[in-house]
Amino acid sequence: MPSTRMTPDRESSSPLPVPSPLPNPEASAADATEAPSGTNLSPIREFLSKRGSGSFADNSFAGAMLLCACSIFAIVLFIFGILVIHSKLSLVQFGWKFFTRQAWDPVSGDFGALPFIYGTLATSLLALCMAVPLALGVAVFLTELCPRPLRAPISFLTELLAAIPSVVYGLWAVFVLVPLMRDLIGPFLYKTLGWTGFFEGPNFGVGLLTASMILAIMILPIISSLTRDIMNAVPNSQREAVLALGATRWEMIRIGVLRNSRIGIVGAVMLGLGRALGETMAVTMVIGNHPDISKSLFAPGYTLASVIANEFSEATGDLYLSSLIEIGLALFLVTIVVNAIARLMVWAVTRNAPARVN
Amino acid sequence: MDFESASMRRNKARRTATNYLVSGLCILATVLVILPLIAILFYLIYKGASSLNLAFFTRIPAPVGESGGGMANSIVGSGIILLLASLMGIPVGIAAGVYLAEFGRGKTLATAVRFTADVLNGVPSIVMGISIYSLIVVQQKHFSALAGGVALAIMMVPTITRTTEEMLATVPHAIREAALGLGVPKWRTAISVSLRTASPGIITGCMLAFARVAGETAPLLFTAFGNQFWNFKLSEPIAALPLQIYVYAISPYDEWHRLAWAGSLVLIVLIMVSVTLVRIFANRGALKGGS
Repeated sequence: MPSTRMTPDRESSSPLPVPSPLPNPEASAADATEAPSGTNLSPIREFLSKRGSGSFADNSFAGAMLLCACSIFAIVLFIFGILVIHSKLSLVQFGWKFFTRQAWDPVSGDFGALPFIYGTLATSLLALCMAVPLALGVAVFLTELCPRPLRAPISFLTELLAAIPSVVYGLWAVFVLVPLMRDLIGPFLYKTLGWTGFFEGPNFGVGLLTASMILAIMILPIISSLTRDIMNAVPNSQREAVLALGATRWEMIRIGVLRNSRIGIVGAVMLGLGRALGETMAVTMVIGNHPDISKSLFAPGYTLASVIANEFSEATGDLYLSSLIEIGLALFLVTIVVNAIARLMVWAVTRNAPARVN
Repeated sequence: MDFESASMRRNKARRTATNYLVSGLCILATVLVILPLIAILFYLIYKGASSLNLAFFTRIPAPVGESGGGMANSIVGSGIILLLASLMGIPVGIAAGVYLAEFGRGKTLATAVRFTADVLNGVPSIVMGISIYSLIVVQQKHFSALAGGVALAIMMVPTITRTTEEMLATVPHAIREAALGLGVPKWRTAISVSLRTASPGIITGCMLAFARVAGETAPLLFTAFGNQFWNFKLSEPIAALPLQIYVYAISPYDEWHRLAWAGSLVLIVLIMVSVTLVRIFANRGALKGGS
């Protein structure tokens, strides 16, 4: 048996050792790859021996890619760090009470974030209440009820909703939704539900309710597309099993699909919440920009993101700017936590399902 | 013999009725969702199309009270900022995606990067804006197009990373193994084999990120800041289309409202074209290499 001497080559780091040309006279059949001393190399061998085939090129390339991947960590750490540094003044001055005080007086240097927290939570939760049933309905329709030829166009339309920029939503809300609220929906709500106390006071069209409505329209596509992914991840065997027991179509959806994807749907809803918490432009245009806490939904409010958008470029004084940056820090941390929990939930449910680019 | 008792029949009738009711509600929900979309698009076209003329695309904003101004500087400014953002964000994003798909399979670091990219996607854009303000604008003591480009770039990176990784994951392992078996180094396999096979999908991912970032206003509020005149210097404030739309929308002048509608129409058309192209190419390109 001819001894095949496998010399350790330049490509020692690659998984497959490349056999060197055999000096054995018995193996003269392999004449195309024989190269006694570098003359008459085949094109492939010439190419491989020249262009960075060593471990140095491999390792440095892998290192460069790793560096770029770690840039994501760097971005998160950088944002956190710089927000903390620039809000130190306000952190030191107000401490934790910043988030429980109701003042917002730039003139006397008195700042408190409670009205903004209330505005953000109120608009986001109200938007969720309006958006989640609709989004679930759309998701159920598109995955289970829709005839196949209609599926692509309608899902494309719902994804178009996600593509519209926030300013355009705000523009439309200011010129269409606000007059609608002021002239039609507001008086109607006051007449029918005014006794609850949620629809009192002057109705200018801008306020918490209008902001919640436009937020609901904006978070609908996220919740519905994720819910569709989650519902598609449920194996068909579940559906067939429930149908075989004699269920109607809705019972099949409820028992076979929705019950299995509860966690994922909660995750999708939380992702929608995360988007609603941070939404800036559309909300700024229709919320009325008044830092006040009131029970009525017609009243103007203020959200964390809106106060930054409106007052940041005109903030006089270091404490003012620092308070705004502290609000930005709070927004950053809250959305990171909400998004992290939501992504964990969605990942737990769709772990074994094929991925979809969304 | 009766196979169904009366109570069974009642039960079945109730369940069937519930079935039809819920189906009807789902259809109603879909209609209610599509309605605002059609309303917005229709209103945009109705209000904006009449203001689109040559002056809109070639002239800068006129002083208040004069008519005939345009948003040419905003469109060009947006183009400049987006070009900057793409130059900075796309290479980093694709490189991170290559790491996740080629070199990091199975490693915990890769899982952490993937998770962090997903979480970073959900951070509000205004937070990015104020951090870049604190970093670049405060140091340089002026607003600049460069700062706006950086703010948009850090928004593009997580999106492009995730889509690149998912597109590279559809490249069949056999192709990679064939290249490695021929002795092609791993870095060259990643570039010439995997990236090339997945390139239609990666391009669509970049276009998705581009379309998403093209409509962002909040990061530009405190970085690029806006400009009423032509500006091609990167170290000075520059106009951007979404920013100008915002400023015009909240102003009290009818002429500016008209321009805001027209600008929104232009912005929406650009974004819709990108999204539609993505849809077309995603169905063709991404599955080409998959097996």
